[in-house]
Amino acid sequence: MNFNRIGVGVAFSPNLKANIYEAARLSLFMGSELMLIHVGKEDAKKTQIINGHLSEFEKQKLSYKIIFVNGRPVEAILNAIQENKINLMVLGALKQESFFKYYLGSIAREITRKAKCSVLLLINPSIKRVPCKHIVVNGLKDPKTEETIKSAFFIGKKLSASKITIVEEIAQEEINIKVDDDRSLRESTIIRERLRLREKKRVKKLIKSVPNEQLEGVGINSQPIFGQRGYSIGHYAQVVRADLLVMNAPSKVSFWDKLFPNDIEYILEDLPTDVLIIR
Amino acid sequence: MKKRQNISTALKSIPRNLFSGLVVSLIALPLSLGLAMACDAPPISGVIASIAGGMLVSVFGGSFVTISGPGKGLVGVILIAVSTLGLNATYAAIICSGILLLILGFLRLGKLSDYFPSSAIQGVLAAIGLIILGKQFHIMLANKIAKENTIEYLVAVPKTIITALNYSDTGLKYAALAGVISLLIMVFYSKIRNRYLQLVPAPMWIVILSLSYSYYYEFVLGLSNPISKKYMIPEIPNIQKIITDLPVPDFGLISSSAFWISVVALTLIASIESLLSIKAVDRLDPMKRRSNVNKDIKALGLSTVFSGFLGGLNVVAVIAPSSVNISNGGSNRFSNFSHAVFLTLFIVLFSTELERIPLSALMAILVYTGYKLASPEIIRRMFLIGKEQLIIFLVTLFVTLKVGLISGIVAGVFTTFIIHVFINKSFQLFFKNILKPNVLMYKENDENYFISVKHFSSFLNFRNLKNKLDVIPEKNSVVIDFSLCAFVDHTVMENISSYQALFNKKGGSIDVIGFDVFGADTLDPFALKNLIPISGLMKNNAGKRKKDFEALASNLKMKYTPKNNTATDHLTGFSYFITKQISHTYNLLSSNESNCCLFDISYSEGVSIAKENIRSTMMYIQTKKIIPQFTLTKEGYLERFYSLTGEKDIDIPGYENFSKRFYLNGKNPKKILELFDEKIIHFFENNEYYHVESDGAALLVFSKERVATVKEIEKLLTFGLYLTGLVDKK
Repeated sequence: MNFNRIGVGVAFSPNLKANIYEAARLSLFMGSELMLIHVGKEDAKKTQIINGHLSEFEKQKLSYKIIFVNGRPVEAILNAIQENKINLMVLGALKQESFFKYYLGSIAREITRKAKCSVLLLINPSIKRVPCKHIVVNGLKDPKTEETIKSAFFIGKKLSASKITIVEEIAQEEINIKVDDDRSLRESTIIRERLRLREKKRVKKLIKSVPNEQLEGVGINSQPIFGQRGYSIGHYAQVVRADLLVMNAPSKVSFWDKLFPNDIEYILEDLPTDVLIIR
Repeated sequence: MKKRQNISTALKSIPRNLFSGLVVSLIALPLSLGLAMACDAPPISGVIASIAGGMLVSVFGGSFVTISGPGKGLVGVILIAVSTLGLNATYAAIICSGILLLILGFLRLGKLSDYFPSSAIQGVLAAIGLIILGKQFHIMLANKIAKENTIEYLVAVPKTIITALNYSDTGLKYAALAGVISLLIMVFYSKIRNRYLQLVPAPMWIVILSLSYSYYYEFVLGLSNPISKKYMIPEIPNIQKIITDLPVPDFGLISSSAFWISVVALTLIASIESLLSIKAVDRLDPMKRRSNVNKDIKALGLSTVFSGFLGGLNVVAVIAPSSVNISNGGSNRFSNFSHAVFLTLFIVLFSTELERIPLSALMAILVYTGYKLASPEIIRRMFLIGKEQLIIFLVTLFVTLKVGLISGIVAGVFTTFIIHVFINKSFQLFFKNILKPNVLMYKENDENYFISVKHFSSFLNFRNLKNKLDVIPEKNSVVIDFSLCAFVDHTVMENISSYQALFNKKGGSIDVIGFDVFGADTLDPFALKNLIPISGLMKNNAGKRKKDFEALASNLKMKYTPKNNTATDHLTGFSYFITKQISHTYNLLSSNESNCCLFDISYSEGVSIAKENIRSTMMYIQTKKIIPQFTLTKEGYLERFYSLTGEKDIDIPGYENFSKRFYLNGKNPKKILELFDEKIIHFFENNEYYHVESDGAALLVFSKERVATVKEIEKLLTFGLYLTGLVDKK
């Protein structure tokens, strides 16, 4: 697990201060170096503003660096991530008017898809700290899941979260019996129960790989849910009012995935809460 | 062993089902004859459909107590098919629609009607009712006329009545009289509660009376029947003739569009009518079985193919005979089979006798059926649910009458969608979210299922919710949470309500929550609900919950105050609310005797941060004495407070299990240990988990961070009162 360098994009928007505060706080919690990436010409005035926002964190010994890059925003930021060996990129989401709905801007979306590092999407960056109490993490049957769960516990420890719920999504297709009448209903109920237990067992095994000291002081839950893979976990996080959702990175994003969104694309379209995508 | 037992119970049920089959055949016979005549098809074709259906569906079907036969819904379609295609080509269309139904069944698409707005379906059915009523009313009064369409037929009704009052021809006079008497029998039959009278269904009474009247004239008076020959049932062939004169389906028009429009309309209506019947009959089934709809659709398709080749009409699951079947003790498919056998016997033995029935009497049965489909009561009901439902209903009705059935349904779907877009002032809501898997289901604990629906829930995506509901055994408790949903339509509400009835019957329950922030125009439980952020709409909301609370209050002899109350100082002392901001309490249930009250509460988490508002249901009880401050929660909740207050879990010596399961903390561990004696600990151990807190003078009890359902409220009250009893005794 390594989040030595945390990156944050700096655009001079109304959210600037909140974004910087969130990223700086996170860097302090994780003991990481903060890289502030701005797409544009280097400018003393801009540096001054950023320094001003970070003055409070400097007292707490935050080490940070401001990087100015040029070019098309997406490529420039992606390059900066690679060049500076950033492990975690923090991106802010936008809020839809009138409804409590959050979505990613097009730049943030591109970066999320293409970045080679982990990405943290914040739905509601705030200057004052909102404690992260409940983390929801996916327990998909996938080679990446072990790493993701480990990361969730690692971060949970750093942010002193009190509860981590591991969610296994059981797809309808797995219960490959159609409910038509009483008998098929009984059969499908039994199969569902068996799947539930199987999934719980699998998750238990996964938790064993987490270092013991990270398990201390954290309530661990495992919750099998029935719904569409990749989508329902966000829905679940929203229902239980989780503070952070940790997910596997998608395997690959093809043209079809954009057209018929699945997995991460669903989440990007309608962010339920803060989302951390582990790569 | 079990199989043998099944066979023996099946054998024991044979006599009862045989009897029920007989009664069913008594109602099926006149109905089949009448419907076939209403279609301008030979009367026998309806009986053939009944026989084919009874024989085949009872063997291959997936339902238990439904009866199959020619449906009233098909009248509108077959009538047009016969007039445009001709009779023999109509048989070909019927065969094709049977094949189409079979395919639908195999593709598991039998539940077509689940995908249509229910008001539109009601509109189509009402239109069919008017088609039947409009045409047959004139025949009932012995005034056969030919008009272009149903509306003209309806307009001509007063003229027919005047004509009928001035008949000079005795034959016509008697025919009209037979029609009117039959109609009166249909109307008043259900009002007379006599067991023996009710044993024979009303349509059969009409047949019996007609036959005895005819015999009376022929054998007692030695006269010929005074009713005009024109208004008697024409030539029912005997069995030999039926077999030798099998019609040859004419597939010559198979390449024409009119042919396929008929096929599609037949299939659509057959599927919709069957599904509606099966759904309604399942709710009546005393043995609470779930029918396999797709299997039934396949069987209906197969029997339609057979029926078509034998010169019969479409076969569907029919509601009226099915309910007669249940009320006469039919318990399995044998009654459907025996009804077909009895019908065959009737035809073999008495087919020519049926010619003694006046046509006008038979048509009175249809007029009544048609009226039931399009009665003013349905329009009133639509209006009560909401004006928009009435619009959808009327548009579908008129387009169906003016243009045709398929156009009617399409117009209904389209109107519904436009109205939904208009109400929400958003096309995006639907367009963006229609393909999203918007329903989440998980088990909250070992019995409860929790279903959360996001974005919107309407006829467009009801299948998502339905798929989840279908896999839950009906004896479980289900909570459906719509609080993340911006819009819920009438179709969904109505379907949920029928699921609720089903679950209640089997010992489970479905509670719907999350509507208290919704606005609805009417208080009707089926009204569509939409979440529009306008404060004015918030006033007349929460109808259902308010009613629930009123019922609870009167049951428990408590006082109910629905109003919002912002005086919440007594709650802020609880450590749970340290990090939360209480907005107000509402739906207050209070009782003076026990110093306790229960309320819904709206609060937000965190300070100055736009976190979501939380609504929950809590119970507040003043204790008689001063008790130590404490917080007791399930292990899951614990760490929140742990990190905030820095306090430790108090372990009670000797009760390791309790200490493991519960997290207990407070400022004065010594006093708390005194309070938690064996009785109280046992009480906690033997009950569900609740979050219990004391602020020194009162207890606060709740279970979840969401609004509790009625069942949960009752449990919460019992728990809280018992706990207070224990605490006060100290």
